[in-house]
Amino acid sequence: MNSAFTTWKWRKTLREVRRSRQQLQRREQLRWTLKEQRRNMRNATKQQGKRVRNMKKESESKSESDSAPESKDNQAVGVLGSLTPEELEKLKEAVDERKKLIATMRGKPWPMKKKLVVLSCVLSQGVTGVFIISFLYYSNCQKWMKFQRDFENFKTACIPWEMKIKEIESHFGSSVASYFIFLRWMYGINMILFGLTFGLVMVPEALMGKPYGSIPRKTVPREEEASAMNFAILWDFGGYAKYSVLFYGYYNSQRAIGWLKFRLPLSYFLVGVGTVAYSYMVVIRTMARNANEEGGGDDTSFNFSWKTFTSWDYLIGNPETADNKFASITTSFKEAIVEEQESRKDDNIHLTRFLRVLANFLVLCCLAGSGYLIYFVVRRSQKFALLGLENYGWWERNEVNMVMSLLGMFCPMLFDVISTLENYHPRVALQWQLGRIFALFLGNLYTFIIALMDAIQLKRAEEEIVKKNMTIWQANLYNGTVPDNSTAPPITVHPADIPRGPCWETMVGQEFVRLIISDTMTTYITLLIGDFLRAVLVRFLNNCWCWDLEYGFPSYSEFDVSGNVLGLIFNQGMIWMGAFYAPCLPALNLLRLHVSMYLQCWAVMCCNVPQERVFKASGSNNFYMAMLLVILFLSTLPAIYTIVSIPPSFDCGPFSGKTRMFDVIQETLESDFPAWFGKMFSYASNPGLVLPFLLLLVLAIYYLQSTSKTYKRVNMELKKKLQTVSWEVQMYVQMSPTVND
Amino acid sequence: MGGTSSKLPKDLLSEYQELTFLTKQEILMAHKIFSELQDRENGLYSSRVSMEKILTLPELKSNPFRKRICHVFSTSDMKDGSLSFEDFLDLLSAFSDSATLEIKSHYAFRIFDFDDDGTLDARDLEKLVNSLTGETDDTRLTGEEMRQLISNILEESDIDKDGTVNLSEFQHVISRSPDFVSSFKIVL
Repeated sequence: MNSAFTTWKWRKTLREVRRSRQQLQRREQLRWTLKEQRRNMRNATKQQGKRVRNMKKESESKSESDSAPESKDNQAVGVLGSLTPEELEKLKEAVDERKKLIATMRGKPWPMKKKLVVLSCVLSQGVTGVFIISFLYYSNCQKWMKFQRDFENFKTACIPWEMKIKEIESHFGSSVASYFIFLRWMYGINMILFGLTFGLVMVPEALMGKPYGSIPRKTVPREEEASAMNFAILWDFGGYAKYSVLFYGYYNSQRAIGWLKFRLPLSYFLVGVGTVAYSYMVVIRTMARNANEEGGGDDTSFNFSWKTFTSWDYLIGNPETADNKFASITTSFKEAIVEEQESRKDDNIHLTRFLRVLANFLVLCCLAGSGYLIYFVVRRSQKFALLGLENYGWWERNEVNMVMSLLGMFCPMLFDVISTLENYHPRVALQWQLGRIFALFLGNLYTFIIALMDAIQLKRAEEEIVKKNMTIWQANLYNGTVPDNSTAPPITVHPADIPRGPCWETMVGQEFVRLIISDTMTTYITLLIGDFLRAVLVRFLNNCWCWDLEYGFPSYSEFDVSGNVLGLIFNQGMIWMGAFYAPCLPALNLLRLHVSMYLQCWAVMCCNVPQERVFKASGSNNFYMAMLLVILFLSTLPAIYTIVSIPPSFDCGPFSGKTRMFDVIQETLESDFPAWFGKMFSYASNPGLVLPFLLLLVLAIYYLQSTSKTYKRVNMELKKKLQTVSWEVQMYVQMSPTVND
Repeated sequence: MGGTSSKLPKDLLSEYQELTFLTKQEILMAHKIFSELQDRENGLYSSRVSMEKILTLPELKSNPFRKRICHVFSTSDMKDGSLSFEDFLDLLSAFSDSATLEIKSHYAFRIFDFDDDGTLDARDLEKLVNSLTGETDDTRLTGEEMRQLISNILEESDIDKDGTVNLSEFQHVISRSPDFVSSFKIVL
């Protein structure tokens, strides 16, 4: 370590000595070049210089406009044209040297007078020609810098909702603002997912595929035609909504469609895989970037200094904004101080531990209760389905969705109340809360999936029956016409009359869409009632009520960061799960997020008050990302399971007729690619090649992790060394007066 | 341009362009605003505008450090914070978009050094924090919080542990900050 440091230092001093020697040499060269130039200029361009000077005086009397530099440029070009190439080269060198000198001058924190004096000393050998050329170069550089600056400003201005979020941040602190930043980030991801599904799946089928009504899967069956346009049916995503590009069942399994020969089944499959792959990539990249920014623990140690030295925004010119800024700076100081203090508090440990164990026990009871409730409701809905759903009212039909949404609404509140027993630091309490709500939602989601699996099995059994009936029905069709089994002309039957199988994939897609809609509605209604109505009541009933409503019981609500973040994450999980079966889901989610952004921004500013104990959400960023990653993994599992193990329906969707959905890849490799490609692919997917590759990846991860640990350790040691060295210097300085005595 | 004030000579304009980080438009705009602040009778570049007049500018009016800024950039012998046009240009150049981190951190240090002794000691930091939290009583920090905050700041930034933050320590802290350069900006 010592030798590396000293060698580096020695090399640095050597570099500096070399550089100063080079500078001296260049200065000598410049003096000689300038002498030469002066001689040349005096001999060759005396008259031209006079002409240029006259023209300059003329342009000075005109008004200052942007055209002035350009006309000067033209004059300069005229002067330049009269010089020989060697003179031009020397002038350019001199100008570069001059530019460097000027650049260093600009970077010095001297007052203007001093700079002017120094400049005039250095440039006492200034020549008119050099001046003109430097003007030319100078204006070009300025234009480029200005362009770069404008582009940066434009890029920052393009970030949507930035002002809204900054305003929320200044009022409520960084944890509430972090929710909105997360929402905006999700919006970006959903935008890309929407682009993929819309552009590569929905639009090709709509434009180039067979139109509505041409084949059975694209037509509303005769029995349902009468009610297909009813609002109730459409709201439930039946009727015309079911037989459209929104759901899986509409897509035709034709290998290539349209004049473009667009491979729709392949595209469908690849888009499904691509959305998952893209999501993984984005989440992991964001996690890595967050980990980088938080530093190896070093940079966060400048927390207080940065708050003090860099938090004021000098662009503020409005007194109101300044007041807001003062408030937010005070809030952030208090946040940071609270954090510091919390890390040093120590209370009665035993009582705290007992209370925490009690709280966890209560939470487990809640989770078990909610799990059983969902199981019970799902069983009941299966019973209803067996007996026929038409016999029951709205509640029975939507029982599962409603119960899940209500549980998702009330249980977090319960957890919040229980967590007051625990007395954690706010950020740690938030993480516990998030963990518990996570477990709750996960239980709900997986129960839902199990219910779905049961329904899928039911549908597949039904499909077998329909397939059998189909042969009987076809035989009946031909019964009345040609009795023998020669090739009879096909009888045209309207597609609406052909019996079709129950498309389990469309059913799955529909379930997801219904769940998301009911979830959205629940969220918005909770927001309106829980926040807005409450705020209105508190504000207006306060005058005629016994106790002070604003400080007492209901008071205004605080923004529930954890609940909202989890809602967002689970919502996204459901999108990932269902997007393969309902390509309309990303579009729906995009709309939902857009509306949520505006609605929640308004609700926060209008009805909520800042939390009493404010704390920073900085550490939570990667926590949210980690949860998102887990949800991504868990939600793609069921989709992958169904793709790999369940055969697709025989008469609907882009994979109808195949034994497995991923057979489309095999088919494409065989028919669209040359033979050697297929062979190569089969070699590459050989387990003998894949396993060593996986092993290599694991080793690479281990290696990278160990090097990063080493870097962190080295960083800490260097920091300690810096402190020791400065301490030694201080001691030396203190001791030296006595030495001099 | 205002009718009575004269224009900026071309050679001075180009020299100012070379010696500051401002563009030609920005210098001309600064000249226009400065002329409007000046008294009509006085001359041009040697005259100074008093601090009170400078503080009426909208960019500086709401800034808690406005008086310190005037004092730092002023080259007046009477130490009254009055600015000449060249001082004004220095100010705008240091706060401009294209100024380097070294210039900004140098001037930021001088602005925060309330007693002008070349280091930021506990008293300077206290005044600094009080300016940042606003002048009203309910936004001010309590004494205990202030003590805690100042000791935390010194713990982080004071590398040689002499109880003050000197220029190089300050520049070391600032150079790691991601949003110093973007917030230390004034645009006319």
